[in-house]
Amino acid sequence: MDIVSDNHRSSSNNRDLFRGLHLIFKNPLTTLGMGILFILMVAALFAPYLAPYPDQGRGLSNLRQRLEPPGADHLLGTDNLGRDILSRIIFGARISLQASVAVILFVVIIGVPLGLVAGYFGGKIDDLIMRFADMILAFPSYLLAIAIVASLGPSLLNALIAITVPWWPWYTRLMRSQVISLKELQFVESARAIGVSHWRIMFRHILPNCLSPIIVQATMDMGYIILAIASLGFLGLGTQPPTADWGVMVSNGREFFMTQWWISTFSGAAIFLTVLAFNLVGDGIREALDPKIRWRFQKN
Amino acid sequence: MIRFTVRRILWLAVVLLGLCAITFVLSRMVPGDPASLYLGPRAKPEQIQLLRSQMGLDRPLYVQFLFYLKDLSHGNLGDSLRTHRPVITGILDHLPASLELMFSAIFIALLIGIPLGAISAQKENTLVDHASRLFSVANASLPSFWLAMIAQIIFFKWLGLFPVGGRIDTVVGLINPVEKITGFYVIDALVTGNWIALQSALSHLVLPAVTLATYSIGLITRMTRSTMLEVLREDYITTARAAGIGEREILFVQGLRNALAPTLTTAGLCFAFMLTGTFFIELIFFWPGLGSYTTTAIFSNDYPVIMGVTMLMAVFYVLVNLFVDMLIAVVDPRIRLS
Repeated sequence: MDIVSDNHRSSSNNRDLFRGLHLIFKNPLTTLGMGILFILMVAALFAPYLAPYPDQGRGLSNLRQRLEPPGADHLLGTDNLGRDILSRIIFGARISLQASVAVILFVVIIGVPLGLVAGYFGGKIDDLIMRFADMILAFPSYLLAIAIVASLGPSLLNALIAITVPWWPWYTRLMRSQVISLKELQFVESARAIGVSHWRIMFRHILPNCLSPIIVQATMDMGYIILAIASLGFLGLGTQPPTADWGVMVSNGREFFMTQWWISTFSGAAIFLTVLAFNLVGDGIREALDPKIRWRFQKN
Repeated sequence: MIRFTVRRILWLAVVLLGLCAITFVLSRMVPGDPASLYLGPRAKPEQIQLLRSQMGLDRPLYVQFLFYLKDLSHGNLGDSLRTHRPVITGILDHLPASLELMFSAIFIALLIGIPLGAISAQKENTLVDHASRLFSVANASLPSFWLAMIAQIIFFKWLGLFPVGGRIDTVVGLINPVEKITGFYVIDALVTGNWIALQSALSHLVLPAVTLATYSIGLITRMTRSTMLEVLREDYITTARAAGIGEREILFVQGLRNALAPTLTTAGLCFAFMLTGTFFIELIFFWPGLGSYTTTAIFSNDYPVIMGVTMLMAVFYVLVNLFVDMLIAVVDPRIRLS
């Protein structure tokens, strides 16, 4: 194998990502997911302008209009402190998206370099890192997260840390398998031969060629991370009031649920639709990239 | 097979030790001194000092860890800060209720997930397939606590079909109490012929079990579908078709048999999800199991209970995984040879 075809192979990973992207839109379910995500991002970005009652979205209470059913003034009703549910949901979108992006960043920053080092050097370092990763994966992840927040004390930051800890090993595994398949290729060997340092090879030559699977994995994980944050919030272990958080809102509404159903129903629906959208898009990307599945799209 | 087993059991020992180390570190990270937390805000300094030395908190950290391991080996997980009862007793009291719920949920998930996945693989890219894919993705996206609440409002408030929560009707429980044999109400009532209690226990079980199963139904459906898709393209299936074997037999007998190993792994995975999924379900349905025990502990900062449950569930989880791996190694020789 010569250097030209080597380079071809190393860049083909990233090109597949872009070639796959237009196939994604052929799948109606994925397009639906993209649509929901677009609305969500607009809502999060322009929350102060879109929310009918931005102050209430930020947490200001309005005790005169407690527990009002959905109506003309409040499209989705109000909660037990009289706050407009729609505004709270729109502001909650900010928290959910920011928090899940933060977790993805934490996970990538910890998991990817470890996988890179493990796969590149192999041997004892590889064993050490991977056995540790396996050990973390041996824990039920939600339970580990709950135990961590419970001992650190409930707050959004601690919840994010608690979700990161059981999650990074997946990225280490993924990265390691990518590196192992790449490091034997000739462009890496040539770089070694002309005296390029290990670190430079890892971060300048190997890492960029491994990014697309990491991006795909991150997209697919976004939904689950949002669900995890909402679940910790529901148990009172995440975002603290008065910040708007979907999980906390569902939990608050529980007390009134049998008579004032709208608080929990709408905030839970926001979680569901968001996670669903991320899962649909993640599924679409994965199918578009998997050549075994792709022929079915092209046939249609 | 022996080498595989030995290797797995050695690894199990390492994992368990790591598990102890992690829960130990976590329980020491808790803000506040365990002794003063245990004695409450009105304790005298001397009392706290005495308990500290009794608990070994004045020793170096590694000695404390050894003490912790020794306690664990005797099944001692410490005492609850709230009730002052041993954590292990609390766990054993609440375990049967959770297991009854989880086993019912796994059963429901396999019962629905496998046929649904197989059918959707056979009808690939038809409306049935798309609907079942949307169903399984939607399932995986549902927050279980929300689904449980929606189920309550539909089936309890609107339709009045099932009770809102609990394990058995209070009146039925008083007049026809379930004799404790296994701790599973349904089985105990069945064995003792207590039909009234059986009916009540079953109707209380349906909503929590189905909502707990939802996530797993989606996962098992997807897994069965994708393995079946591969299996159905194999030559022996074509041969079977050529030999004139009916589609139904090909799907459910010839095909499914070879798609079962990944489904087993998935069922193990589902069980793991249920260990924590049941926290939310039990909280909402007032189900007196481990989940309720733990969420009460979370709300009252009862650390020994949280750590004890984490420890025990993690051990349970590791053992379930080991069991599933062994089962698959028995079913599929390629795995134990690699």
